[in-house]
Amino acid sequence: MGHGSAPAPRDSRRSASPVQPMRQDHLLTTKQLSREDIEAVLDHAAEVAADPAAFRDRHAGKLLALCFFEPSTRTKMSFEAAIKRLGGDVVDMGPVEMSSVKKGESLADTVRVVEGYADALVLRHPSQGAAKLASEFVDVPLLNAGDGAGHHPTQTLLDLYTIRENAGLDGLKIGVMGDLKYGRTVHSLAHALTNFDAEMHFVAPESLRLPEPVRYDLDEAGAAIHEHEEVGDFLGELDVLYVTRIQRERFPDEDEYQRVAGRYRIDADALADARDDLTVMHPLPRVDEIASEVDDTEHATYFEQAHNAVPVRMALLDLLL
Amino acid sequence: MTPDDDHQLRVSKIRNGTVIDHVTAGQALNVLTIVGIDGESGETLSLGMNVPSDRFGAKDIVKVEGRELSQDEVDVLSLIAPHATINIIREYEVAEKHRVERPDTVKGVLDCPNRHCITNADEPVETRFDVLSEGDGVRCVYCESILDENIAAYIP
Repeated sequence: MGHGSAPAPRDSRRSASPVQPMRQDHLLTTKQLSREDIEAVLDHAAEVAADPAAFRDRHAGKLLALCFFEPSTRTKMSFEAAIKRLGGDVVDMGPVEMSSVKKGESLADTVRVVEGYADALVLRHPSQGAAKLASEFVDVPLLNAGDGAGHHPTQTLLDLYTIRENAGLDGLKIGVMGDLKYGRTVHSLAHALTNFDAEMHFVAPESLRLPEPVRYDLDEAGAAIHEHEEVGDFLGELDVLYVTRIQRERFPDEDEYQRVAGRYRIDADALADARDDLTVMHPLPRVDEIASEVDDTEHATYFEQAHNAVPVRMALLDLLL
Repeated sequence: MTPDDDHQLRVSKIRNGTVIDHVTAGQALNVLTIVGIDGESGETLSLGMNVPSDRFGAKDIVKVEGRELSQDEVDVLSLIAPHATINIIREYEVAEKHRVERPDTVKGVLDCPNRHCITNADEPVETRFDVLSEGDGVRCVYCESILDENIAAYIP
């Protein structure tokens, strides 16, 4: 699934093991990644996590441009931490309200300008397809950090890293619950898991089920998917339960939101039938879809998941820069 | 000529140009939009809409004088008029006859139905859709939305 031409061979490395460059310069969607691509990033992330000091000056002098047209805490901060731990730095567009976007500048113009300031771009934007469009206007690597309800591929890489560390990716049985319609982390994760023959259970109200284009792709990929409106007996068979936030603004009124959100809440009672080694994940931020009492159980993996963002994004940047 | 024929408006043969026949009834104006003919460049146009047809019950016909449409230009028509036939006319004779074929992609022809798609923002790009397998419709290469029914409604 080529979305770009194969990159030129990277500079020779000063430390750690030889690295296979990724096949594309831009990371727009997990659909462009093969199993080998994903495993190369995860293997490299494991190397980074094992000895971060070995990568300290790897990209000294390199600049990563952060173009966030939507709010972000984890993604933005972890990209910044990652490039700084590789010896580089960031140039940050800052809030949209303070930028030329406010004056009506197009995305195409913004990224064409910013690519002159940096060695790679990280883009988050509220419109679907924004990263694809931006990639057509720049030559430096562009990383999609979320395009509306589209994709969030770097989140998926850290999700897969977390899954591999805790449950393994082979023969995986995973439940994905919450806002599956607008949840870009869900879309990217589902696409990526087709490479691993995972058994996927999707749990959502009818109004928030997986959108047609995602189901089309999963069907084309021959994925084994099961859709449910409620958590059922299958919970006891899962290796991983991936919970996402149901957003208040998706519902016409507060009562409807409360009614639906309450049905998709995970607490100690809900986990009573789960396996002891069930890994519970969440891309965060959570509101109340995972009760705080779960935090103290062996299941809770969401903070570890958030922390894995740094070695995984370090590995990714090391492969792309 | 029968007496009835005297009361019908006859569309004359064209000397040189293109006849697009067997167009799905009601789609003739969309055909013109897709091939980029709006009358301003001076071509003589003849349109027949809802013309009785043995094969389809009713059909539209578009005749464009003085312009030979290329296969690439007409293949886009397969999205809204899959049975259309293209006749290239030279000196009143049919010099070439071919069918429309499904293209791989269509560019700048359809608006994306997803209002959150970046192509619906004010960006300097044309829309681009991949044409999926027969019956599956078309797919925006930017937001990946699938348009599988009423495609003509998204012709700007």
